[in-house]
Formats: sequence, structure tokens, C-alpha cells
Amino acid sequence: MKALTRPEDLNSLRRDAAASLSLREKSETQTNGQSCGLETGTGHIQVLVCGGTGCKASSSQLISEKFHELLAEKKLDAHVDIVTTGCFGFCEKGPVVKIIPDNTFYTQVTPEDVPEIFARHIIKGERVERLLYTDPKTGLHVSDSKHIDFYRKQMRIALRNCGFIDPENIEEYIARDGYAALAECLSKMSPEDVIGQIKLSGLRGRGGGGFPTGKKWELARKSPGDVKYVVCNADEGDPGAFMDRSIMEGDPNSIVEAMAICGYAIGASHGLVYIRAEYPLAIHRLKTAIAQAREYGFLGKNILGSGFSFDIEIRYGAGAFVCGEETALIHSMEGCRGEPTMKPPFPAEAGYLGKPTNVNNVETFANIPAILTRGAEWFASIGTEKSKGTKVFALAGKINNVGLIEVPMGTTLREVIYDIGGGIKDGRKFKAVQTGGPSGGCLTEKHLDIPIDFDNLLAEGSMMGSGGMIVMDEDDCMVSVARFYLEFTVEESCGKCTPCRIGNKRLLETLDKITSGKGTEEDLKTLSTLGKVIKDTALCGLGQTSPNPVLSTLRHFHEEYEEHVRDHKCRARQCKALLTYSIDSKLCIGCHLCARNCPAEAIIGDVRKPHIINPAKCIRCGMCLARCKFKAISVN
Amino acid sequence: MSEIKLPCDIIGKVNAICSEHGDDPKELINILHEAQHLMGYLPEEMQRLIAGRLGIPASKVYGVVTFYAFFTMTAKGKYPISVCMGTACYVRGSEKLLEEFKRVLGINVGETTPDGKFSLDCLRCVGACGLAPVVMIGDKVYGRLQPVDARHIIESLE
Repeated sequence: MKALTRPEDLNSLRRDAAASLSLREKSETQTNGQSCGLETGTGHIQVLVCGGTGCKASSSQLISEKFHELLAEKKLDAHVDIVTTGCFGFCEKGPVVKIIPDNTFYTQVTPEDVPEIFARHIIKGERVERLLYTDPKTGLHVSDSKHIDFYRKQMRIALRNCGFIDPENIEEYIARDGYAALAECLSKMSPEDVIGQIKLSGLRGRGGGGFPTGKKWELARKSPGDVKYVVCNADEGDPGAFMDRSIMEGDPNSIVEAMAICGYAIGASHGLVYIRAEYPLAIHRLKTAIAQAREYGFLGKNILGSGFSFDIEIRYGAGAFVCGEETALIHSMEGCRGEPTMKPPFPAEAGYLGKPTNVNNVETFANIPAILTRGAEWFASIGTEKSKGTKVFALAGKINNVGLIEVPMGTTLREVIYDIGGGIKDGRKFKAVQTGGPSGGCLTEKHLDIPIDFDNLLAEGSMMGSGGMIVMDEDDCMVSVARFYLEFTVEESCGKCTPCRIGNKRLLETLDKITSGKGTEEDLKTLSTLGKVIKDTALCGLGQTSPNPVLSTLRHFHEEYEEHVRDHKCRARQCKALLTYSIDSKLCIGCHLCARNCPAEAIIGDVRKPHIINPAKCIRCGMCLARCKFKAISVN
Repeated sequence: MSEIKLPCDIIGKVNAICSEHGDDPKELINILHEAQHLMGYLPEEMQRLIAGRLGIPASKVYGVVTFYAFFTMTAKGKYPISVCMGTACYVRGSEKLLEEFKRVLGINVGETTPDGKFSLDCLRCVGACGLAPVVMIGDKVYGRLQPVDARHIIESLE
């Protein structure tokens, strides 16, 4: 491929590339419910196989290979394409396979299912019913993903190409108006116009803080300096959030394009992606996208004949949550310990190597090309008054439909959890939803109807964060959950400032005391006072938000804390030290199964006689409870 | 530098990695990533060797190695077991799973069994939350595990 040198070249390339995608685009809107097969006169078939990390973990690669094998065997390669896409989002039901043009959505496919799909669907045009999604409400099979509740309420902007295009083929991205925004900016807009559009769109940073993106770009533009940098923060550290990874795996070119646009807007010719080394697939896809963008002339010198030059290099993170903080990230890119520094100076004034630097998160960047091609007004018409557009959430925990979703700002938690998420797993009762990861907080039943946006979540003591959303049921102990997050923060604290290094450690010790049954009412006051002091005095975003999980659970689940310290009870039966296991002598038949499985040899008793548990030896592992077939073991 | 006892070929490779990155201290983290790949960990001598090449104090290299969770100074087992401790896995029972791995292997997190076969670590989110709780052993992901599966997995690898 010869690099493009004029914006017009892109138009003709897009027309050529559009052919391969038209089948998929048509099937999005024009399916009639009929399934298609080669014998029923369907001209061409495309099989989309999810190649995201989640589905790859359950061998989706073998599924593609098996399809290729069968196609070669029957010499049908010319009629059927196998396309490996990015994440479809419906990870709970992965691996996902979609057949185009009839838009049939197969779930939990195994490599062993492939011959049947091939023989029945691809050849004969009959759907394989058993692999279709079953609507839990109606019990009926749903063949088209458009009619699955999980997708119905979603609106995909940042994820627009994930699960739709082949992320390793730049032409499929171009066919979806890819690089049109860059061409438009370079040929028709001044950098100030670009910044004006981003400001008008109302886009706010998706990495956590929610700072207005256009304003950030403007600050970097106005900062004096001939050398400036664009940085993409792809060091997704929130455990349980995986949207940035999915975007890089499913649509890496959107990040490359957005970074080039940002470079043009702020006057930078050098971009850096700071990415987690734990994301090998995302790294591979991003490298591929960068190489293809260079080849096509979207990166490099004199892009599309505009005189603007820009290139991107990759820097690896090495597992430090604090590097999500801009200043720490910049130090890490310079080869140092990722310790944050005081702001000001802001990175926009003195960032990487002391030069003006603009840092944005992956999801923020993924929105940029869509805003510029479809218009800032369009974007600003979506969402709430102060939070525009959509937000991607990684929905996980005790929920039926684990996956990656994107909804307009202002959608309620109830819609997300019950309509899209399909409710709580195993018919249990909803207890709490945790948003914002280790920096966020827990919200309860009474918050389910608040519209999700940056300000509403903050007002309730939680935050948007990067978009992790963990659902918990009645079996989760909120004190333990707060302790879990704090353990994470203590481990990840860089140790530079005292409130975070020592304060969080003290918070954790106090929570340890409470979960081991030694807590007092006084400890609850300590948690609250100390938490507030840390929030007010810590140096960086990590420290300032680290007490949030404790403070929000103290606020919304105070009763549960009180039960722990006053009655020494854990209602969720999670705090081991507060539990006693016992055997009901009326129900125990003396089968000895529990005693054989007890790792601590704490259960004694003769065969066919009721057994007893020695509390001094019992390690409260719950193995006996899980093994007993006669429901004779209880825990209190 | 006389006390460096690394095998000759490793020394050569470390030097090559450093020159590929222009002996630039800004590239330290990228260099450490590649160097760790050689032996699976970063022994002290290797850190001193790198420090010498880049012209920075060994304490700075050590500071960086110990700061980041991805870098390790102890050798991993033939089967490095990492239990995901991301929130999604946590609420689906990864803590109990970890306890069971510790018990079956008789080692703590960050340790390796005396025969060098298994090492145990925690990691934060591999992004396969739909399969929670998950464990990674080498590059393979094991999903939807129960504590009782720990023993079966270990036995299957022995």
C-alpha cells in the first residue's frame, strides 16, 4: 500500500473498502428473521468470531481454526469469510459467534459445535437452536442480538466498532468513516476549531476525574513550547474494569486517529501510549494499528499532504495502580518510580521531560473521531445536563449478564442492573453496587433510580471512575468489601505522602480488627475521622479517594458495621472469625464424609453416629458445609 | 562489577537489550521488561549490570524493580499460578480459592514450592470477568473455579 497523500485519496479508499462491510452493515438493519445458508441461495456469508481476551480464554481461537479447516476441506473459502473481531461485550455468554447476513447470534460456542453450525447453518441455512440465546423472562430462543435485552438499551459510541470490524485490518476501520475526522481536521479546520468542537461536545475525561477534555486540550495548546506530547493513558489499573483493554483490542485505530487529532489540536508531533504489560493482546493489536497507520500515511511526516507530522510510540507500565495519576504516569514513562508530584505545575504546563503534555484516557480518545464526524451538537444532545455522551461500564460480580456495556449518561442503575444485566445471579437479593473501583463507593437499593452521571455519583459518595461496576448480593459483607479495597490501596500506595502511606494502613488495621471480631464502637468513629483526614490531606488522586469505599459503606451500611462490633455477627457470613460451624445431631447420619474432607481434622465422631466439630481446631473453611449431603451442618 | 556471576550468554543478552534501547535511562522500564523475560526474574546481579550500562546508580534500578508489581526478584516455578484478585473475581469467591491453593501447595503468596514446580501469586484482573473466578497458570486461563478444583488442577499438572 502506498501512503495516502491527499484527503481525497481517503474517500476513494473508503468506497473500495466499504464493499466488505456492506454485508455486515445491511444485516444490522435489514434482517427479515430468515436464516441463510449457501444452499438456500445466500451469495456470501461472514462468520464473526469474538477474539477478545475473555472469549480467547475459552478457546475462541480454536473455533476460528475449526471453521477455516472445514472451509478448506469443502473448498468454500471463496463464499465464506471468517472474521476475528474485538469484544462483543456479552462476556457471560462467550465465546460468541455471529453469522452474517442473517445476524444470528450464537452463544457459548465450543470448538466441538463448529461442525454442526457449519453443516446446518452455513450450508443448509437452518439455525442451531440449542446455541441461541434463551431469554430468561420468556424462555424463548432469540436469534438476533438486536432483540436481546442486554443490547437493547445500549448505545455504542466508544464501542461502535468493537465486535463489528476486524481490528487488525485498517481498511475495515476506514470503511466505517475511520480517519475521516483526521482528514477533515487537517484539511478544513484550524487547531482552535478542533478544540472548539470538543469543548462544544461537552466531553469529559472518562478515566475517572471527569475533567472537560476540550479545556484540557486548550490549556496544552496555550502552553508555550515548541515540543509537546500527547499521552494515552492505557494503564487500566482498576481491578474489574476492562473497557480500555476491549477498545484497544477491538478498535485500536480509533485511538491512533484520536491521538493524531489531539496532536494537531495542541501542536504536538509526538504521541506515547502508556499501556499495561499485562495486556499482551491489546499491545499486539495496537502495534498492528500503528504500523498500518504509518503504511497508509495517517502517521508519519506530512500526513495527507497537510504539513502536519505525528507519530506514536508505546511505553509499558509495570503494574502500579498509582500510575493512573497523570504525574505518576509521566514519571513512569521517564523510567522512574511512578510517584506523583504536586500540581501545579500541571502536565499541560510541564509534563513528560518537562514539556507541555496532554494526557487522556483510552475511552476519552475513542469518543473523539465520532464527535468530529457526527458533530459536537449530536454528542451534546446525548446524556444529562453536565455529563454528555455515553459511558462504558464493565458490569461484573453477582449479576446474570457479566459484560461490557455502553449506555447514555443519565441511564439509571436499575436499568443497567436489571434490564441490561438481567438481574442478580441465582435469584438472590440485590444488596449494593460498587462503582469507581478502589476510589469509588458502594450504592444501595435506594440509589437505583438515580440517573448515572459524574455529579450524581459524586454526590452520593461514590464516583464514576473508569467505569467498573460490581454488583453484590446479600452474601457479600460490606465491611469485608471495604477491607478488600483498602488492602488494594495499601498495597498500591507509593508511600510518598504520610496520610496515604500511614493513614490507609491504620484504616486497614482497624477494619481487620472489626472483621476479626475485636472491633469496638470507638473504632467506627476512628474510621470516619481518619478517612476524612486522609481525603483532605493526601497528595494525589489515589490517596484522596482511597477512603471512599470505607466512608461510603459506613454511611450506607452503618448497621452492618454496628453488628460486627456490638453483636460480633456478620450477617453475610463472610467474616470467618465471627462464624461458628455446628452439626445438627438429628440430621447427621454419621457418613463421615465431612470428617474425611476436613483439612484441619476438626470433625470427630464414629461412623453411623452423629459427629461434632471441635471449634478450637476448626479453620472455618466451609468444606464440611459444602460436602454434607444431609444439610446437617449449619453456620452462624 | 567483578562479583557478577550470571551465565555469559545472559550477560551478553542483557548488554544487547541495553544497547538496543540506546543505553538510555528513560528506557529503564522497557529494558527491565525484556531482561525479566530472559530468566523469568531480575536477580540482583542483573540489576547491577543494567545500572552500569545505563550509567545510573544500582539503587535507582532496584528502586524501580521493587516499585512495580510486574517485576520480581525471585525465580518462579515451572507452573506459575496466579489467582485473580480483581473485584469481580473477589465477589465470586477468589479468596477462598486462593486459600485452597495455599493449603494444597503448602506455600504462601510470592513463594515457590521446594521442587521448583509451582509458584503462587495474585494478579489484578485479566479481564475475563465473565469467567470469574479465574486463575492463570502460565498463559492458560482457568475459569469458573470452585475451591475443590484447586487440587484437581495441581494434580493434572504434576
